[in-house]
Amino acid sequence: MQKALLIDPEKCTSCLQCELACSFEQEGVFNPAKSRIKVFEFEHGLKAIPYTCTQCSEAWCLHACPVEAITINEATGAKEVNPNTCVGCKVCTIACPFGTINYNADSGKVIKCDLCSGDPACAKACPTDAITYVDANWTGYDRMQEMALVGHGRPAKGAAQ
Amino acid sequence: MSNSPYVIVGAGPAGVIAAETLRTNNPVTPVLMIGEEKEAPYSRMALPYLLAEDIKETGTHLRHTDGHFDTRGIEIRNDRVSAVTAAEKSVTLASGGTQAFSKLLIATGSHAIRPPIPGTDLPGVENCWTLEDARAIAAKASKGSNVVLMGAGFIGCIVLEALAARGVHLTVVEMEDRMVPRMMDQTGGAMIKSWCEAKGVTVLTSTRIEEIAANNGALKLTLGDGKSLDADLVVCAAGVKPNIAFLEGSGINTDTGVLVNDRMQTSDANVFAAGDVAQGIDFSTGANEIHAIQPTAADHGRTAAMNMIGIDTPFQGSLSMNVLNTLGLITSSFGQWDGVAGGDTAEITDNDRFRYVRLSFQDDVLVGALSLGMTQHVGVLRGLIQSKVRLGHWKERLMANPLLIMEAYLARTQGSVFGI
Ligand SMILES: Cc1cc2nc3c(=O)[nH]c(=O)nc-3n(C[C@H](O)[C@H](O)[C@H](O)COP(=O)(O)OP(=O)(O)OC[C@H]3O[C@@H](n4cnc5c(N)ncnc54)[C@H](O)[C@@H]3O)c2cc1C
Ligand code: SF4
Ligand code: SF4
Repeated sequence: MQKALLIDPEKCTSCLQCELACSFEQEGVFNPAKSRIKVFEFEHGLKAIPYTCTQCSEAWCLHACPVEAITINEATGAKEVNPNTCVGCKVCTIACPFGTINYNADSGKVIKCDLCSGDPACAKACPTDAITYVDANWTGYDRMQEMALVGHGRPAKGAAQ
Repeated sequence: MSNSPYVIVGAGPAGVIAAETLRTNNPVTPVLMIGEEKEAPYSRMALPYLLAEDIKETGTHLRHTDGHFDTRGIEIRNDRVSAVTAAEKSVTLASGGTQAFSKLLIATGSHAIRPPIPGTDLPGVENCWTLEDARAIAAKASKGSNVVLMGAGFIGCIVLEALAARGVHLTVVEMEDRMVPRMMDQTGGAMIKSWCEAKGVTVLTSTRIEEIAANNGALKLTLGDGKSLDADLVVCAAGVKPNIAFLEGSGINTDTGVLVNDRMQTSDANVFAAGDVAQGIDFSTGANEIHAIQPTAADHGRTAAMNMIGIDTPFQGSLSMNVLNTLGLITSSFGQWDGVAGGDTAEITDNDRFRYVRLSFQDDVLVGALSLGMTQHVGVLRGLIQSKVRLGHWKERLMANPLLIMEAYLARTQGSVFGI
């Protein structure tokens, strides 16, 4: 059973533990600016929405990549960037309509959430269960993905991977 | 029906993605891809990174696994299609003979053109369009050599970055009044120009090259103002034209490119077109336009393949969009960035820090955007435009601060739980 990150913004207190955990896991530094999950604050931090790649089934990033640098991890379902193949052209960053794959000027490549190979650091770090790692067919997750996809024209179903 | 294969003409990204989609969704009908370049299917987009020596030639390949096409049952033939007889469901091959098809996909891309001035056929004048071109440039663009880049459009500016990385003395000559005129307004174009100049590249805008002449084994260029430039190499990035000449007499309707409907189908029900050669539906205007970009080639290829199989798949139109890196300054453009009649625009400019964002709205819907110096979450501009999210009171917030795009998107798609 594949699992997915379920985000419940109502539980988020914008403590930014997820951003710190992500940047440490992925980049080896505690620096929210290098996190692949981002907490967006509203009304001066009274409300917040943590946000990252939903590993969407359309995988716009993957299909737009000119050199097959983004592939699907069969075990986790995550769309992963291979930094050795990525040329840093950034086409994926404009193709993903959610803005969740981003250019990292330090490495000259792009970075995105890869579910930490199936053990996401953000979910472990979140003290309020605003981020949990759950079975992907859990209806709450479907609902979240639906919300993120509001109105997006779906491309060819079952298209090539 | 006979078991004639699906035939794809052109083995670039549009052709390859279509071939894979056909295979995944119809394991029965054979797939034959005919491409005239003597290379493994590769991506033109990767050529600048080859020139910059970030990657080797294999790094430009569209697929990296040995036997990728064989194991999927996709046959690739190195040949050129010289004619199409749609009524007989057959194509003529340059090597002789014909090939029958059940459905045909035209994915022949475009070719680079040279401006109509004397001397563009001299040795030392190269395009930057094919792998062969890139090899020729690499052979001549050595450190310290004088290189003139003709054209500072989108492709020209990508090539600029690669040439600069080779350590050449670079001069860019652009006829129009700014760099990337079709992707940036005056403000953005001027910022890119001053950025490039600060990095040691000479940029001549509103300047024409009148003539190229041989000069002691090198080249001499005469400019519109009478001045001249010496060059060891001239790289021509002065535009492209769709490869449609072979369709003359085929019965397939063409304009600038091959005209297709929202199923990527041409005037002949058995013939489809995709990628740079296809004049497909533009998301913003609904008109038939060519968007010669990678994401459009990918979307076209997948949609065309589904419809070829008979799985009815409408295409919502392609959004004109680009992302560019000129010597470290990152810019992007989406849709109708120049604004629409009766719409509003919001801008935020910081000349000293090379930051600029411009948003165009129709009512409370984003229809276009430009960004300069922004690398995080730019994709959401596509999301907002393409899903036509009604911004409501967030439009006023964006008019006051265009940098809040991600917040606006989240608030309007997920914020209903807290009424933000
Ligand atoms: C230097 C450079 C940089 C670029 N950078 C970007 C970028 O950053 N972002 C972006 O979005 N796009 C970029 N592009 C554009 C992008 O590469 C194209 O949009 C993309 O290649 C289009 O794919 P396609 O399959 O339609 O056509 P192509 O890639 O052109 O493939 C078509 C193939 O068909 C073959 N062919 C043509 N006629 C025939 C025939 N009669 N018989 C058989 N074969 C035939 C051609 O030889 C070619 O191999 C760049 C292009 C270049 C040259
Ligand atoms: S980065 Fe964007 S396009 Fe790619 S899988 Fe994640 S949400 Fe989908
Ligand atoms: S930036 Fe890297 S991963 Fe993204 S499209 Fe370009 S090569 Fe692929």
